[in-house]
Amino acid sequence: MKEPIWIVRDYLRCSGCRRCELICSLFHEGWFWPEASRVRVFMPFPGLEVPHLCAQCDDYPCVKSCPVEALKVDETTAVLVDRDKCIGCGRCVEACPGKVPFLHPRDGKATICDLCGGDPQCAKVCNEAGYGALQVVREGQNVNRKLLSRKPTEVARELAVNLFGERGLEVV
Amino acid sequence: MPRGYAGKFLEVDLSREKTWETTLDEGILEAFLGGRGLAAKILWDRLGDRWPQVDPLGPENIFLALTGPLTGIYPGSRICCSGKSPLSNGVIGATASSEFASELKMAGYDGVIVTGKASSPVYILVTDEGGEIRGAEHLWGKTGEETIRMLNREVSGELERRRPNIGLVKEPAAIYIGPAGENRVRTAAVMTKICHAAGYGGYGAVMGSKNLKAIAVRGRGPLPEVAAPETVKVLWREIHSYLISRERFRRWGTGYGGYSVGAEMSSEPVRNWQSEWHDERGLGGPRFEVPYWVKRYWSDFNCTLSCMKLGCIKAGRWKGDITDLPDYEMQAYLGPNLGVFDAGDVTHLSAVLDSLGLSGINSGNTMAFAAELYQRGILKEGDLGLKLEWGDAEAFTKLAWMIAKREGIGDILAEGTYRAALKISQLKGVDVTPYAVHVKGVEVGAHGTRSGLDMNPIGYAASVQGGDHTSSTRDGYDDMRWSVFNDSAVVCGFCSYDRLIWDFARAVTGWNITRHRWCTEHGPRIVTLQQALLLLGGPDIYWSPERDFDNPPRFYEPLPEGPHKGKTTDRAAVETMKRNYYKVLGWDERGIPRRETLERLGLGYLEPQLSRLRKT
Repeated sequence: MKEPIWIVRDYLRCSGCRRCELICSLFHEGWFWPEASRVRVFMPFPGLEVPHLCAQCDDYPCVKSCPVEALKVDETTAVLVDRDKCIGCGRCVEACPGKVPFLHPRDGKATICDLCGGDPQCAKVCNEAGYGALQVVREGQNVNRKLLSRKPTEVARELAVNLFGERGLEVV
Repeated sequence: MPRGYAGKFLEVDLSREKTWETTLDEGILEAFLGGRGLAAKILWDRLGDRWPQVDPLGPENIFLALTGPLTGIYPGSRICCSGKSPLSNGVIGATASSEFASELKMAGYDGVIVTGKASSPVYILVTDEGGEIRGAEHLWGKTGEETIRMLNREVSGELERRRPNIGLVKEPAAIYIGPAGENRVRTAAVMTKICHAAGYGGYGAVMGSKNLKAIAVRGRGPLPEVAAPETVKVLWREIHSYLISRERFRRWGTGYGGYSVGAEMSSEPVRNWQSEWHDERGLGGPRFEVPYWVKRYWSDFNCTLSCMKLGCIKAGRWKGDITDLPDYEMQAYLGPNLGVFDAGDVTHLSAVLDSLGLSGINSGNTMAFAAELYQRGILKEGDLGLKLEWGDAEAFTKLAWMIAKREGIGDILAEGTYRAALKISQLKGVDVTPYAVHVKGVEVGAHGTRSGLDMNPIGYAASVQGGDHTSSTRDGYDDMRWSVFNDSAVVCGFCSYDRLIWDFARAVTGWNITRHRWCTEHGPRIVTLQQALLLLGGPDIYWSPERDFDNPPRFYEPLPEGPHKGKTTDRAAVETMKRNYYKVLGWDERGIPRRETLERLGLGYLEPQLSRLRKT
């Protein structure tokens, strides 16, 4: 029986090694393909590395937006994409408060973190390296999750002030 | 198509405003691999017949940004910048850690080959759709931070407009120059990520001479296919486990060296190498770590070693400075070497040189050279436009700006330490070359030879990259394995794990790359070709093997203080080791490669030029 999980992120601890992207694409694509990774590390300014991945909002605006019902939620709370149904319209991207989904560089189908069926590989390699920027939390749905669904540049602007003080206001 | 390679190179002719794609023969790739080795080969093929006449800062020079087959796939990826060096007049492979390298391969290119000169400032944008030359008037004159911020906004916006429906587009990765490169300062670096530099060689000046401000790249493809993917996946995990196990290096990087290399080994430059010992605890690792580190583990693509620490000064007179917390080389060259022993001052100077796009080692060396001339009364306040006292971070900040902008004395110092020494000797009627700490025009890295505990006696003297401490020589065999391999496979030297990297290289390429073959065939082939180009030299300076393939004069003065007081570099050892190095490589007693050697290494095409050199 799979249980609901969530990946919390601590941006201050992200080294920018992008091993999450590498392992995610190995797991889902069979080879290193960061652009097809379900977690993508943005870097709006060096030092401001922002891992960008689905936060599994409690109201799932992406699922609601899909005109062909290609998206559904599994028991881990992940959003699963039915690639046969998906028409690559990009509505889910628009509906997402953090613009997290993207269209796959190979076939143009919606691509969203599936929590690796309950055992997220990204968090595993991140913690192996001792960073702890991505951590799996075993907890059910709640309103806080949606707060993490934000555009990387928005996150980076705040992160910049945390790291660089007032100077941070100028860099992103 | 050879495995591990994207399969094509982007050619850009800035004079004719054209870009096109080119492929290289598989035989050439197998013989030279990529990066440094391939750079030497491309340069020889295109410029070899007229090498001595090629002005490194003229439009005929070629700027190269090359990856290798291991780049991006092997942990710790770097980009190798090259061309005819405006410092050595030979070829140097200068590498920097950056996402630029992996992005380039994911856009489908193994490298960018830039010729000609743009009529006004430009940058090159590389995407999966190809390369394009774009105006950079608005970026010209900007510091590193401003350049990155503006490029990120502009390119991300542009790419989102082109493909509005695919979701968020990552910012591009870029290499760029600061004001120093624009003004063709010979010690200007090719910069990336605000504070990472391909520093040795002066390739920032080469970009500047072409009116090329930056190359930005964004790729959406996978990393290239490899010969044995399952083996690569296993080795990739193994190598990361090894890197993660290196606790101390991960914790500090080289950033605890500023104190210990001087205090323990007496091999750190102090006041332009007048000494190599100090016991200044103000420069200890914790003095950087506690007040300034804002990110303790900072990495580049596919690296878990995280030896870089992101730093920021949040209060006081240098408030707002952002840099990678001076690694050892920056600590030494912008610290003790300038008589500066305060961690905040060193961090500030590192940020200043980064944002101007000056190579910290090379320009730090030149600034200390100027300060010693001031100490000796050869350069006066009137010559410099300021008082250049040891330890005055404010004065060195001003001097760095003058060099980057070629203002006043900065115009002479912008020529690099050796060329500045020649000019100042002429102007002042005093020979100041004994104070120029360079080898073959390249300012020496922060590892001295005198105490006998750090750099070996011929580390720089015999090297085809002169003062480059990352490429030091020793026995003509083992040294081939390190930077010659790392910079041609194009991976980070700190991540290059000898036990597994050869298996990795075979699994990626499918070629029979072994350590022994590399040390006896590939490495010597690359170094021999570099030696030929270095000896051909020109047009402003030609090196004499007898006179110039040696340590700087200062390295034969006795150490004046500290636990190793009185020690100096053993001249006899230099001669013996150098003879042995030449012999192992099949070069004659002057260091000119022999005919049989050229034939054995498949470099027979060098013979006509080298036979002329042998007679001189």
